[in-house]
Amino acid sequence: MKAFEYLEHTADVKFRAYGRDPVEMLENAALALMNTMADISSVRLKESWSTELEAADLEHLAYDWLSELIFLSETEAALFSSFQIKLEQNQQWRLAVDLYGEKIDLGRHAFKNAVKAVTWHEFQVKKNEMWCMQVVLDV
Amino acid sequence: MIMINKIAENIYELPIGHKAGMRVPGRIFVSEELLKMVEPGTIDQVANVATLPGIVKYSMAMPDAHLGYGFPIGGVAAFRQEGGIISPGGVGFDINCGVRLLRSDLEAKTAAPLISALIDSLFQAVPSGLGATGRLRATEKQLTEAFVAGAKWAVEDGYGVKADLEHCEEEGHMKGADPSQVSLKARKRGRPQLGTLGSGNHFLEIQRVEEIFDQAVAERFGLFPGQITVMIHCGSRGAGHQICTDHLEVLGKAVRKYNIDIPDRQLACAPLGTPEAEHYFGAMVCAANYAWANRQVISHWTREVFDKYFGNPKLDLVYDVAHNVAKIEEHSIDGSKEALYVHRKGATRAFGPSREEVPAAYKDVGQPVLIPGSMGTPSYVLCGKDQASDLTFGSACHGAGRIMSRSQALKRFAGKEVKAALSRGGIVVRSTSPAMLAEEAPQVYKPSHEVVEVVHRLGIATKVAKLVPLGVSKG
Repeated sequence: MKAFEYLEHTADVKFRAYGRDPVEMLENAALALMNTMADISSVRLKESWSTELEAADLEHLAYDWLSELIFLSETEAALFSSFQIKLEQNQQWRLAVDLYGEKIDLGRHAFKNAVKAVTWHEFQVKKNEMWCMQVVLDV
Repeated sequence: MIMINKIAENIYELPIGHKAGMRVPGRIFVSEELLKMVEPGTIDQVANVATLPGIVKYSMAMPDAHLGYGFPIGGVAAFRQEGGIISPGGVGFDINCGVRLLRSDLEAKTAAPLISALIDSLFQAVPSGLGATGRLRATEKQLTEAFVAGAKWAVEDGYGVKADLEHCEEEGHMKGADPSQVSLKARKRGRPQLGTLGSGNHFLEIQRVEEIFDQAVAERFGLFPGQITVMIHCGSRGAGHQICTDHLEVLGKAVRKYNIDIPDRQLACAPLGTPEAEHYFGAMVCAANYAWANRQVISHWTREVFDKYFGNPKLDLVYDVAHNVAKIEEHSIDGSKEALYVHRKGATRAFGPSREEVPAAYKDVGQPVLIPGSMGTPSYVLCGKDQASDLTFGSACHGAGRIMSRSQALKRFAGKEVKAALSRGGIVVRSTSPAMLAEEAPQVYKPSHEVVEVVHRLGIATKVAKLVPLGVSKG
């Protein structure tokens, strides 16, 4: 199984992330996003952060999760390359994540693109044989 | 099969029948050559915008139109106050991404030997790239002032002179800012980034005026052949991106609340006059003002660097344009004047002499229209014409427009080679990322002269000067 793949888009970055379950899909989508910013293989697991999110459905939770990643990366000046994700569904969908990575060091991290935001354009979360989420990022 | 009808030279129409729900036809302002480069997805996005409530005349696409999200890039649409909407999809995440041009009194031959060192110093003086934070270290109070008063705040705080404001769209600050609609998250992203360039297609460029097309207007704009100019392209940074993200969530709910059918969720919107619409507008204005403050602070640091190299040269603002914004403007509809919400997403205002928004210095000729090229290709200065008001709600293109995806560019080019090729062409480039240079290679953009030629031929804005890059600092 591919974790994620980038698709063609004239100006922005479009990707699909896959998973055997929603947790794996959300993890792979996070990796695809971080890999848009920098080469994630160069990001060491030196520090950890945590966050919690809540949304009415999985699709909104997935959108909020990627938006939160951009917010955290920017405000903590950090890159993340590993995620421990807990997902719960009661009346609301709830996500609790521990993120691992390190502070941005342009001397060590091969910087690619700053990501401005996650767009709703063609945003999709669906399950066929696998869970798949499609995202267009504004870069 | 997409049916597009040629209406006149450089004007194509997408009929209402193209997509269910279209309220007005689409109008695409391109040459035959450029039309071939417009992706089917872009045409679909023009049609999507045409379905929005209260849209007036046409859903328009400028000559640099290409695939975006929500509106196409190069998209222009105006909405009635009665029955119309406002949508962040027509503004984008980078609210008031825009361009400003500074003119020096230096001749290129004087500056030529120093370009490389000058670009190094500018690259140091203006933070850019991933994780960049400003030298400004704005306080919470300063941040609020930037949201409310934009470049006016920056000038009052010592970053520039009063004349800068007189030569800036909206005098550097739009009215209607409502900082109470800016989230803590947006403040947290925006505060450390005030005074940073960003990355992607944003740049700070030293240029030489290579050609003058209209001597009289060029003189009015203070441009002469061989002159050194500086162009700054950037926007509202994380503050704007977060404001858009936050309000998309609210407007996504508003669409259900007010029963609006939208073909793309990025076109989330609210009827004008509702609290959701007013809150978004108030927050959007804060981001627009932040962007003007940002470009003003960057201009000040640019002047400081020029002072070190050349004594105390002139580096006056020619003009500053927003190319991602929604504004209330009066336009003539069926013979009567009406206030409309004009959305420009990757489109530049191009007002002619009859518009009162044109600064006093340019009142008799029309506003300067700034069209940046890519890293290796020329930028153009045009002059807005009254005819544009009828044709495009007074709008022109905003750049060359991308033609190749970032992933294709990375496969085709290497950053090092792009830099070497530019250097052979006499263009010095500094960037925090080699990958960025590949993604922004000149070949990934449409030819800027062709895009500008369409605007010129349509009489939206006419060519005044051509500027070629000498040195570029990128994120």
